[in-house]
Amino acid sequence: MGVGDPVGMPMAHVLASGMGGIRTAGDLVARMQLHRKMRIPEAKAFVAEKLGVGVADLSDEVLMREVREDLDIGVVTAMPGAARGLAAKARIARLLGIEIASVEILRRKLEGD
Amino acid sequence: MATHRMRMGDGRVEHVSSEGLRADILAGTEDAADRGGIPTITEQERDHLFDLFAYPGRIVGVEAGREVVLSDDGVAGSLYTEQGDSGVGVPVSREQAIRLFERAFGFDTIELGHADYSFKPVKPVVANEQQCMESVLLATIIPVFYGAMPNLATYARPDGPFGNPSDLMPLGKIDEARVAQMEAAGACTRDMVYVGRKMAEAGADGLDFDTTASAGDAEFLATLLAIEELSANTHLSIQVGMAAEFVLGMHGEVSYRGERLAGLYPHKQVKLVEQAGASVFGPVVNTNTRMSTAWNVARAVTFVKACSEVATIPIHANVGMGVGGVPMCETPPVDAVTRASAAMVEIGRVDGL
Repeated sequence: MGVGDPVGMPMAHVLASGMGGIRTAGDLVARMQLHRKMRIPEAKAFVAEKLGVGVADLSDEVLMREVREDLDIGVVTAMPGAARGLAAKARIARLLGIEIASVEILRRKLEGD
Repeated sequence: MATHRMRMGDGRVEHVSSEGLRADILAGTEDAADRGGIPTITEQERDHLFDLFAYPGRIVGVEAGREVVLSDDGVAGSLYTEQGDSGVGVPVSREQAIRLFERAFGFDTIELGHADYSFKPVKPVVANEQQCMESVLLATIIPVFYGAMPNLATYARPDGPFGNPSDLMPLGKIDEARVAQMEAAGACTRDMVYVGRKMAEAGADGLDFDTTASAGDAEFLATLLAIEELSANTHLSIQVGMAAEFVLGMHGEVSYRGERLAGLYPHKQVKLVEQAGASVFGPVVNTNTRMSTAWNVARAVTFVKACSEVATIPIHANVGMGVGGVPMCETPPVDAVTRASAAMVEIGRVDGL
């Protein structure tokens, strides 16, 4: 992105072009770009298949709110009992079939390595 | 005759006719094509740009379903830093700012960075940065990068131990300037690898080399070599954001895998970044403050489209203040930013911003 005050830069891009982060499936598509170097069509198709939704649904806030709650992979609103932080990332790693470094560090700590 | 409200590259408002708007779009894409040796955007794409700029509404957006991933270069800092970083000075911590961007602002990824946003000053305080990264990773869900600039200039006297090419070259000491740059590049690579390894240990998802090649071709080489080392030996996903649209030839004879680095435009920069092992490339196209936003956006999307077409890794174009068609002013106007944003996705064919 780039430099600018919060409304003029990040907020403007979020509204114009952004996927929506954990409001939708933005973090999941981002992970496939980072972990597998997938370009956006491939990353969206991969995530949509894993979630069992259509590609166009990935940025639908209403639908994705329900999908994320059902899968317990972290929701944007503060819901007691919902997976957050590392717990959500551990579930996302399993869902997408990837290794997330911070989750692996926790796993090694628990296993005493 | 219909007129359209138009931002100039310095942010001020003017009004242009439809003919003038079309002429600006054509001139912008032709300027990029001429400089980069790349195709102009198509007539259909120019028409789409015209529609974006002729639309009287304040903000625009991409067609539903075409949204892309957002990454950044220290955007969380815009909440708590000072004017020099476009910060608004709210008294929140880095950890709190990142949580806000994840949970309140809908960001897809986020970045942790030091106030002195370069690898060299981070090195002596890297343990502090590691513990902050660990703290952030406990509570966040979105991917977290650690970001900093290679910033080769900080290795030259008086700030660093090596000769300063900007002092040496005016004296005609070209060979000495070249030697100094390569010595500095070696130290820069070592620092970037050191910090990168520490962030990998902390569990960061990725590392962002921001404003790459700001000091020219030797800095670009230093960064490519650091990427090679870190991509081969750590789990880090590496993002490379450039400093400018072409690589300055401060050295002039530096090459990487047989490719001379000086003068490379984004569509050639990306191929080297791919070879080095990066996961995401962020091309930059500079804004001309004397020209209209339509001219600047047409020019920027022409460069970025050419880059995107040859890339095999995701392209996250830089669309911040003074780049990517966005005006160079302290409070970027949302009319111009959203038009640049949508055009970069729909014509530049980026995977993210």
